[in-house]
Amino acid sequence: MTDNTTLLVGPFNRVEGDLELRLDVQDGRVAAAYANSPLFRGFERIMEGKAPMDALTIVPRICGICSISQSMAAAMALADFAGKTPSPDGAKVAQLLHMVENVSDHLMHFNLFFMPDFARPVYADRPWHGRAVDRFTAAKGSALKRATEARAGLLHIVGLLGGKWPHTLAIQPGGVTRAPSARDKVRLSADLAAFRSYLEEVMFGAPLERFLELETLDQVSGWETGDVALFLSIAQDLSLEGSGLGSGRYLSFGAYPSPNGPVFERGTLVEGASGPLHPEQIVEEISHSWMLGEAAHPSNGMTRPDEEMRDEAYSWCKAPRLAGLTYETGALARQAIDGHPLATALAREGSVRARVLGRVLELARTQVEMERLLASIDPRAPFMRHVKLPSDGEGVGLVEAARGALGHWMRVEGGRVTSYQIIAPTTWNFSPRDERGVPGPVEAALVGAPVRAGEDTPISVQHIVRSFDPCMVCTVH
Amino acid sequence: MNILWLQSGGCGGCTMSLLCAESPNLMDLFDAAGLEFLWHPSLSEASGAEVRDLLQAIEDGAQTLDILCIEGSIIHGPKGTGRYHMLGGTGRSMLDWVQSLAPKAAHVVAVGTCATYGGVTSAGDNPSDATGVQYDGRHSGAALPATFRSRAGLPVINISGCPTHPDWVTETLMLLASDALGAEDLDSYARPRFFADNLVHHACTKNEFYEYKASAEELSQMGCMMEHLGCIGTQAVGDCNIRLWNGEGSCTRAGYPCINCTAPEFEEPGHGFTETPKFAGIPVGLPTDMPKAWFMALASLSKRATPERVARNATADRILVPPSVKSRKND
Repeated sequence: MTDNTTLLVGPFNRVEGDLELRLDVQDGRVAAAYANSPLFRGFERIMEGKAPMDALTIVPRICGICSISQSMAAAMALADFAGKTPSPDGAKVAQLLHMVENVSDHLMHFNLFFMPDFARPVYADRPWHGRAVDRFTAAKGSALKRATEARAGLLHIVGLLGGKWPHTLAIQPGGVTRAPSARDKVRLSADLAAFRSYLEEVMFGAPLERFLELETLDQVSGWETGDVALFLSIAQDLSLEGSGLGSGRYLSFGAYPSPNGPVFERGTLVEGASGPLHPEQIVEEISHSWMLGEAAHPSNGMTRPDEEMRDEAYSWCKAPRLAGLTYETGALARQAIDGHPLATALAREGSVRARVLGRVLELARTQVEMERLLASIDPRAPFMRHVKLPSDGEGVGLVEAARGALGHWMRVEGGRVTSYQIIAPTTWNFSPRDERGVPGPVEAALVGAPVRAGEDTPISVQHIVRSFDPCMVCTVH
Repeated sequence: MNILWLQSGGCGGCTMSLLCAESPNLMDLFDAAGLEFLWHPSLSEASGAEVRDLLQAIEDGAQTLDILCIEGSIIHGPKGTGRYHMLGGTGRSMLDWVQSLAPKAAHVVAVGTCATYGGVTSAGDNPSDATGVQYDGRHSGAALPATFRSRAGLPVINISGCPTHPDWVTETLMLLASDALGAEDLDSYARPRFFADNLVHHACTKNEFYEYKASAEELSQMGCMMEHLGCIGTQAVGDCNIRLWNGEGSCTRAGYPCINCTAPEFEEPGHGFTETPKFAGIPVGLPTDMPKAWFMALASLSKRATPERVARNATADRILVPPSVKSRKND
């Protein structure tokens, strides 16, 4: 490896959407990283001038992988704008749909996006390589096929209740458009049971409840069954517990709200200390973004792309900060903020391994929650409540997508949307530098990543980037 | 046949939908049909420099390309440069790549309504100046000219839908692989006729309500959604209610209207997506191939003939009145 060089890495695949990285490399390690989201479509601009209800059709189409999360945030913002809440059982159906999408994303990330890198020839000398090739070769491995089939089966729940996936219109501010019958309920429970079987037979190789009993890093390191064990042995061999370390700051908007509070708690976690979340302290900065205007809270924000693409900037992504600081968001953050002991320990580690295990843990926990939620749905109840929108006002929808905190801020004047601002999870995680020159979370996590001799797309960088499970189409939107 | 799949200015949802292919799963289906990805952004191992080398080889003619699939709108902005969407690591816009690679492909397939006609990415004031690959809305001629023909002699094959049904994509690719898709198998917007010769209305479970114009007044009610809730299933092409989605789903079965997502310019209906525009109380968009006067006459007649069962169920969220069951004689 020459001492100092710059690498331009892209197209970066097995992430959702477009990503390009610029890496300054010194002495065989990444010295600085710059994450570019190279696609601008302008959904926030598209919403300006529309009737507010059009959001339910338009904004899910920001993203084909987090479509229901976008629906949920839009429906919640509209309900907030109207000062109404959905019918309780309608809200449960919407949440079940949301959980299914989040679980399906975690499953796909592990099997189709993340693990295939370990089947690369660069690891041919490792003891686990043969198994990784058999299970996880991209587009061919046996684990990928099983995961794809299990995911398609799980998404039958969205087919039945939501018509199709992605891009359903079933989720509305007043509830959902289809009232499930008792027959639907048993069919859905069969779909959930099939998915549990897959998880227990293939991914975990044991009852989920056994995995959920794990509380410490030592205990999880001793897990011996399923593809999770294969990942753990690879992680140990490659020291992924020390790779891609984060800042130790996490945030969650709280997942799946219910009358008793969210299923997974809202808040922040900073170097092990939990605290409340103050959304009013969010500011989107644009010093290194190809955007015009001022840094602003999203309720006062604007999206004016810089057509000149000025030299000081390098991404269409804005830089959201909470009280001036970067935060990491995602399954690890959500589970740690919810106080699960294993997640708390993993959040302290803050590594490639921790992010992947955070998702694995959430996969198991959410399966249990989906079963509980479905059982609580009363087929005799109303699933929709009439919601009439006022002509003027504001609404906010804060939800947790698979990849973390997703917020919609909407302002309506004279029956038309005058401002619609969105901060997606990957906007947080893949933000560019801010006004103080502080890099975004993935940019910071890449510093120190080893670059092997002759590598132009360093394998360590690929692991770190994919450990965040970026959704680049949501990032800029 | 090999496939290069590029994602342009879209949401990736057509790939996500494609992965929902069942019986068999996508990978086994490809194996059996002799289809393989040269590269796919969500599925392939290759990243970064390996991909740039592949694209270069196709451009130079060193690598033969059978099928080029493009998902997502083609972004022309700002000011016609295409720089709102640069293909990472290449320093070139996706617009430039598509124009360069399309002539190399035996077939060019646009996947989804963004890639076919512009779609939702081109909604509103179209901030990124998005079009489809060969169509800009209803007009032929966009990133590729109206006269473009791929090496095999076909225009861009437009698998529209937002998203596409997984089978629409896999079956189009299998037909191409078996040399069984010709110009006569495409409709006037270049959509494969095997799905576009059907209407969403066909096999809609609300058809009995439609027959009597027994209408739902609000979402979640069971009646026909044409009169009040914006449903365009009687005009929209697609076999959505015949083959169904994700098991047993479809938009209308889930209780919300067909918004005609397989059509050019569906993203700007000129009214709310779940509202029916009316003139003097009469829906503006009636079935296209039926004389209006006949439709009105039949509608008013059938409305008056509506059975109590159908009328009551139409505004309920579940069946209130079951069909009457004839009792056996001598009971």
